[in-house]
Amino acid sequence: MNADEALLTYVLRVADNALITGQRMIERVAGEAELEEELANANFALDYIGQARMLYTYAGELEGEGRSEDDFAYLRDTQEFRNFLLAEQPNGHFGDAIVRQFLFESFYLLQLEALADSRDKRLAEIAARAEKEIRYHLRHAAQWLVRLGDGTDESHARVARSLAEQWRYTGEFFAGDEVDSILQSEFRGPDLDALREQWLANVTEVLEEATLAVPGETFMATGGRQGLHTEHLGFLIAEMQHLQRAYPGASW
Amino acid sequence: MNTAVTSEQVMHWLDEVPDPEIPVLTITDLGIVREVRVDESGGAVTVALAPTYSGCPATEAIEQSVVDALGEHGLDDVAIERRLSPPWTTDWISDEGREKLKAYGIAPPAEGAGKRALLRGGRAIACPRCDSLATSLVSEFGSTACKASYRCDECLEPFEYFKCI
Repeated sequence: MNADEALLTYVLRVADNALITGQRMIERVAGEAELEEELANANFALDYIGQARMLYTYAGELEGEGRSEDDFAYLRDTQEFRNFLLAEQPNGHFGDAIVRQFLFESFYLLQLEALADSRDKRLAEIAARAEKEIRYHLRHAAQWLVRLGDGTDESHARVARSLAEQWRYTGEFFAGDEVDSILQSEFRGPDLDALREQWLANVTEVLEEATLAVPGETFMATGGRQGLHTEHLGFLIAEMQHLQRAYPGASW
Repeated sequence: MNTAVTSEQVMHWLDEVPDPEIPVLTITDLGIVREVRVDESGGAVTVALAPTYSGCPATEAIEQSVVDALGEHGLDDVAIERRLSPPWTTDWISDEGREKLKAYGIAPPAEGAGKRALLRGGRAIACPRCDSLATSLVSEFGSTACKASYRCDECLEPFEYFKCI
């Protein structure tokens, strides 16, 4: 794999994480328990979709085959998506969604901070823009996690279960492969070992505040970045792509 | 278009283009107009704009309103360039813009966008009506992505706060 191919693959992975996360949040629109959360959620989703658009547009230019942001989002099949398994996990109850956002955004923020310093100027620009937004999202997720974990017995128990169920998808964040190595060596991309250490420290701080135990060593599921997804992604893709598949080229 | 324009002239015209979501502010108050270039013939104009938030739904609307506004001044060869770097922050809102926000009832962003702690709150936000610092955050989000909702504990009025980013 050469440097150009690695960069394209990497940009698509980041874009897919943003799109799938954004789509999961869109599913919650009109389903929140209170108006403030409704607004927060819709605004977060907009940020994610905006980030995905910038990244897909860049991927299309890198690839040079004329694919647009919409082609990447609407006309690829499930196995072609390269997002983390965590991003595609269903929303479940409010605590499930908060835990998912918290674990992912704790990683994504560090990833963006590192990418903002990348030698690839365009990726660095997009990361610097996105980083400011994700910092705000993460504050929101962390504050809710503390409220739920350090809340009632019921909220504590439920969010502890969410954490135990989703922790297994966090190992994938740091399971680097050739793409990550090339990005690090050729484009000054993130150092995943350093990121893991920082991630764990940050996550631990919030979990302690939330009176939640950090889960111990456990089996870690991987495969998202090879296109081997959990069964949940197919349903998400089907709903997200339905309109473009049924009415190709439809626009409004 | 036969008469040549200057970038200063174009910038002056852009001073009158309102932000679609907060119409008391112009796009120059917001600080998103990064550069105006006029080609040598004085006919073709390029305007570099910085998007505020990645997902800001107003981005396309603002671009269109720039094209429309310059069109009204007889410029029909206008190109828009999206400039991501350096990323826009609320620190770029002009002093005049901050005054206009406050007069409109929106608390302007406290300066220094910086990196706020994850769990600890930020500084107190002054009520745009009575200037009291006894205010409470109601929601991190308001009617648009860039605003949070507050309540003044002194005069009891709800108000919006233009968040720092």
